[in-house]
This record gives sequence, C-alpha cells and structure tokens, in this order.
Amino acid sequence: MQIRPILSSLMRSKIALILIGLQIALTLAIVCNALFIVVQRLDRMARPSGLDEADTFEVVSLGFGTQFDVRGAVRQDLVALRAMPGVVDATPINRVPMGRGGWSTGISLSQDQKTPTLSTAVYMVDDHALAALGVPLLAGRNFEPGEVAFRDLHDPDWPPGVIITRAIAERLFPGQQAVGKLFYLDPRAPANTIIGVVERLQAPWLNTQETEYSTLMPQIRPYGLESRYLIRAQAGRRDEVMSRVEATLGEINAGRIVRGLESMQQVRFEGYKSDRMMAVILGLVIALLLAITALSIVGMASFWVAQRTRQIGTRRALGATRLNILHYFQMENFIITTLGLAGGGVLAYALNLWLMQAYQMPQLPWYYVPIGFTSLWILGQLAVLGPALRASRVPPAIATRSV
Amino acid sequence: MFTYYLRLGWRSLQRNPILTALMVLAIALGVGTSMTTLTVLHLMGSDPIPWKSDKLHYVQLDNWDPLQGYDDDGSPPDQLTYRDAMALMQAGKADRQTAMYKISMPVQPENPEVKPYNATGRATYADFFAMFEPPFKYGGSWAREQDQQHGRVVVLSDKTNEKLFGGADSIGKHVRLNDNDYSIVGVLDTWQPRVKYYDLTNGSLSAPEGFYIPFTTATELKSNSTGNNRCWNNANSGWDAYLESECVWLQMWVETDSAAKLDEYRSFLDSYVTEQKKLGRFARPRNNRLLDVRQWMRDQKVVSGDVEVQSELSLAFLTVCLLNTIGLLLAKFMRKSGEIGLRRALGASRRQLFAQHLIESGVVGLSGGVIGLLLTLVGLWIVRLLYSDFARVATLDWPMVLATIALAIVASLLAGLYPTWRACRIVPALQLKTQ
Repeated sequence: MQIRPILSSLMRSKIALILIGLQIALTLAIVCNALFIVVQRLDRMARPSGLDEADTFEVVSLGFGTQFDVRGAVRQDLVALRAMPGVVDATPINRVPMGRGGWSTGISLSQDQKTPTLSTAVYMVDDHALAALGVPLLAGRNFEPGEVAFRDLHDPDWPPGVIITRAIAERLFPGQQAVGKLFYLDPRAPANTIIGVVERLQAPWLNTQETEYSTLMPQIRPYGLESRYLIRAQAGRRDEVMSRVEATLGEINAGRIVRGLESMQQVRFEGYKSDRMMAVILGLVIALLLAITALSIVGMASFWVAQRTRQIGTRRALGATRLNILHYFQMENFIITTLGLAGGGVLAYALNLWLMQAYQMPQLPWYYVPIGFTSLWILGQLAVLGPALRASRVPPAIATRSV
Repeated sequence: MFTYYLRLGWRSLQRNPILTALMVLAIALGVGTSMTTLTVLHLMGSDPIPWKSDKLHYVQLDNWDPLQGYDDDGSPPDQLTYRDAMALMQAGKADRQTAMYKISMPVQPENPEVKPYNATGRATYADFFAMFEPPFKYGGSWAREQDQQHGRVVVLSDKTNEKLFGGADSIGKHVRLNDNDYSIVGVLDTWQPRVKYYDLTNGSLSAPEGFYIPFTTATELKSNSTGNNRCWNNANSGWDAYLESECVWLQMWVETDSAAKLDEYRSFLDSYVTEQKKLGRFARPRNNRLLDVRQWMRDQKVVSGDVEVQSELSLAFLTVCLLNTIGLLLAKFMRKSGEIGLRRALGASRRQLFAQHLIESGVVGLSGGVIGLLLTLVGLWIVRLLYSDFARVATLDWPMVLATIALAIVASLLAGLYPTWRACRIVPALQLKTQ
C-alpha cells in the first residue's frame, strides 16, 4: 500500500482535508469532554442514599389555629401510622434525604476549636427512625424511647447522644472505634457522645462534598405547627399505604392539612433534575455530533469518488484490483482521520482545561482520548465503506470512454 | 435579479436532493440545539425589571462569626438579622425600602367546598408593591400605616383569588389564614416574573406566592420563616430571643432613585455598622454590599454553570455543522464548474456569480432555519419535560423566533463565503474546453 501517492493527492486539495480534519478534531474534543460530564452526572445520580427507597415515603401535617396542640398531634399520628396495616414503621423527621432542604450544623473535636471540623446534616427523629428508614446499624445501639424528647423550633440545646454515619466516623476518628467517642456540636455546650454508627445516610443536599455527613438526633422539633413523617411500608405495599395515609390522618385530627405526600423515589427524581437534564442534553449533542460527522464523511467521500471516476477507471484498467481501490479510499480516510484526531487530542485537553478553570470541573481521565481515537477511526472507516465500495465497482472501461 | 437567483438557488438544490438534505439537516440540527440552550440561557439571565433594575438594591451586612466567614469566597451573608432589618426600616433612609421573608400558612376558605390547604406567601412592607410593581387587578397595596399598626390585611395573588372567590372582586372580603381573619385590600393580576429575582435565596425558579401580609403582622404572630435560616451563635430559646439573635433569615431591598441617593445610603450603612461595632457586634471587617438586581442575579448564579456549559457545547456543535456545510457547498459548487464556466463565458461578471451562489447558500440557510425552528420548539419541550421548574424560561417568544432564522441564514452565508469565492475563480476557458 503506497501512502505517498495518497498523501500527495490529498495535499493537492488541502482545503477539503482541512475541513474534514477540523470537523474530526472538534468532534473528538467535544465528544470526549461531553461524555466525561455525562458519565460524572450518571455516577452522581446512581449514588445510594442509604435508606430503603423502594418502600418509603414522606407526608406532612400542617395544623392550623392557635389552639392546635402539635406535640399531641405528633404522638397520636405516630401511633396511628404505626398501626396501619402494611406499615413497617414510621418516624417523625424534620426533612428527608435528597429533599434539598433541611438542617445542618458544625461538628468540632475540641472546645477551643476556632472553626468546626466538618458540617453535618441533622435529622431530628425518634427511636423508630432506623427501622423506618431501613438503615442498618453498623456499631453501637439505637436510641432508647426515654432519650427522645420534644423541643421547640429554635431551642439551642442538642441531645447528649447521637447516631452518625460512617463517613463522619472515618473523618473524625479514622481507623478507630467511633462508638463512645465525644465531639461538640456546640463548643460552648457539653460534649455529645456517639452512641451508634450507621453505614450511610445522605444529607438533603446533593451537590456538596459533605453529602455523606449526617447525624441522627433523638429530638422531635415540629416546625411551628407542621410535622413531617417518614413511613416505611412492607415490600410492594407502598402505593397502597400511601393512598390510605391521608384519610387515616384526617380521621384522627381534622384540624390540620395533610399534604406533601411523596415517595422517596419521587424525592430522588426531583433532587437530581438538573443532573438529568445535563446528561440528556449533552447525550443528545454527542449523538447528533457523531451522526453529522459520519454523514459528512459519507458526503465528502461520495463527492470525491464521483469526481475521480475516470482516475479510478484508469487505475483499474492498468491492473488495480477492486480490493486495491477499496483499500485506497480506506487508507485515504484513515490518514485524514488521523491528522484530524492528532489536532483533536490537543483540542480535547485544551477544552478540558478551560472547563476546569471556568466551571471547576475535574480533569479528563487519560483513557477518554484514546477511546475517542479508536471510536472515531472505526466511525470513519464505517462511513467511508459505502462510497469506497462504490468506487471499487467502477469498471475499467471508463478509462477509455471520452464522455 | 434577486428573485432570479433565488429561483436558480432553489432549482440547484433540487438537483441533488441528498446533498441538499444533508446540508439543511446539519444546519437545522446545529441551530436547533444552539437556540434551545441559548433561549434558556437568555431568559434566565434576562433583566426581569429593565426600567428600574439599577435602582433596586439588595442589602447585605456582615454580622457573621469573626472566626469563619459566611462563605468561602468572602461574601457577606445573603440575608439579614431581625435587629438589623428593623433598624434599617426604621431609619428609612432610602426612597423606598422593604424587609421581607417567605412564610406559609394554612388557608381556611369560608366556602366549605374548598378544603383547607397550605399556601406560600410573603411577609413584607407596603413599599414592596411600589418597588417590584406587580400588576393589580383589584384594589392596591395596603397603606404604610398598616405596617405600623400590624394591620390584618392581605393582598392575594390571582390564583388564590381564583380558588377562593372564583376570580371575582373580593376587595373588602375576608380570608382566614391560620385562624386569623385578614381583610383583602388588593388582588394581583397574573404576575409571572421568569426568575423570582426578589427572593433568590429560596430558589430562583420557585412559583410566585399566593398571598402577601404585612411583615409586622407576621412577626407579631410569631410566624416562622419557611425560607433559609442560618445562625452562627446559638441563641437562647424562644421567639424573642430569636429576634435578638445573630441568625440571618430576612431579605431587604431598597430603592434609590438617583446616584446621589445611593451614595447617601452607602454612607448610612457604613455609619450604622460602625455604631453596631461599638456595641460589640459586627466583629468581622466591614463588608456591606448594595448589589442591584442584575448584579445580585449574577452573584447568586441564577444562570447556573450547567446552563452555560450546555450553551457553549451546543455552539461548538453548531461550528461543526457549519464546517460540514462549507465542505458540502464546496463539493456542490465544484461539481457545477461547467455551468459556472458557461455563465462566465456568456458575460456574467464575477460579482454576479458571487451573488448567485451566496444566495444559494442563503436558501440552504433559510430552509435549515425553518426546520431548526421546529427542532427548537421540540428541544424546549424536552427541557420543560425534564425540568418542570424551567416552564417560564424555556419558551419561544417572537424575538427568539427571528433570532433563530437569522442565526441560520447568517451561519449559512458565512459557510458559503469560501465555496462561493472558489466558484467565482473558475476560469471559463478551461471548463468550456473539456466538453
């Protein structure tokens, strides 16, 4: 296979070479970076929240009137909810994981620390929380019913014993047994003790480094007259239980509005909306880009075949086989693609650098560009196959015809 | 000659339908994706109140923890404490000012057919309506005296009025919110700012509120904010202690009608902070801010990085489509060398050939633009489907429709420049000889 003649004939029509080359370069750069972003977002969306999402849902009760006894309502509601057929357990909770709103506070290891070591999400629950959330205990114990207390919304005191996630335990006490250790939620108040550690429970906010830091507290803090419950149904019975919850709560207390009935799967769906949109839009751009590039190669190759029909016929007449002609066009495409990809590799890293600076995106992993190379080579070869086959079918007689 | 060239262009495109389809498709796809993302970008970042966006300013003071800033980038808190908001309201140094916060209350309709439901609202001062200019359907804002007297008055949104009174004139009637009766003094007309620019700390795309009551009434009733709340110094328990604390949970906007007034207000804020420092508060270095609407929207990143990246990658895609079009137009024009040579031999000037072929490119652009417009509509529909919050920023208005067609035509003209120039350089004699 002679590369020289192909190269020299390409050099003669430099413009076409530049056009296709540039297209391929840009395509590689855009596809590598866009694909990286899509993969990141899909990974993010696949993170487990830690709780049993298939069977759980939340519901909110909002009392009205100055006479509404919110604490009494919470006690009644919990009894009724737990007694409902099909319910495994129910817990009061201030906000739910992935719910995009909630409470957070800092954790410090010593009282004279100037700034907290980390920031944790706070879940105000009771002793039924672990069963209701479906979160297994890794170490330590659950809250005792006697440890659970009601608090007003802005009461500043934290409980003496809390349950934390493994992520916090590993950050504060790496490699050690965390149960029994102390830390300070408020450096001016007495220390808090870790009484239990759970494997995982995400915070309500999804976009921070601290999504895995959550602390469970045995306190029930209604938000004014509003109380929220997280309920776990038996496997497969969630929707059925959800359809009955409003009526059940309405029966025991009519002086309140029951609202915000949402399954945890729905909460997850809403929570990741922007990531989903990014993945879909960029996925679409990637697909369209590859399609356009492929069609463009087909178009240009067809044009060249048509333009060089006589040349092909002459070569065939002089003894080239069909396979030779086919290989000629395939090699030509391979050269153009390679030149384009060389520029594209540089462009891909340049684009990534700019995205890193402007949007704090991470660095492109090393394997994206080589995979991009391979894919575009294959794409190019497949695209040129049609026109190249057509070229190979040009009969040698063309060479002798004058029309 | 223009219509002649149009006809020529149209006929030329029909001669090779596959090539034409490819060119038109490429432009349509490039324009469609770009305009979808650009529409969202443009609408999200557009000035929601252009006639006075530079007169409305958001107040920020830095009362935060001396040991750790509110934000990593050195910004002051994005809300105020109750003490500071009250002090600023009482001083009244701007032309208009309002402190406010987001609340929600159960609505207990008189009509037994409508079940009680929870509505989000805003606790604010009378000046809010003059500052942000929501349109009124019936009545108007409450008087400033009502602010001082903790009046039980309310302004309803059109949706709330629709739900409770069937949309009729309900001025003078009463609405029961959380066991208190409020007299209706105003009903708003449909008010759908694309971005909720006056409350960016609680979600810039959230739905408009259902009712507005005086700030002083809400605090008298100890209504908690349903918006953001952040404290660095744990207060004592109870509502009064909360009001005295360093927790930030209020938003404050001021209106200054002249640059001089703005400067005066800046100095006033400076002296207020100096006074407070003497009382032992505001331990951090002074960091007051008075960003106007557009600056505040930019500071709060209303247009998220995601939206920008989507637009930029779409435009990069459009560039690839244009390169594709250049190549295909070049191929097409080179193939027509015979015809071009003939026209030149018959007396057509280079300029006329240039015009003819540029118009042909324009026809490709026009067809691509029309299809691109349809694709943009589909694209925006997909965006609304994926992200329901974007309902108000993912719509096409007439300026964007014209922009779509214009983008397609300009893009194709640019793409056509090089191929057209090459076509005009054809030497007639060479072409005529080969026949």
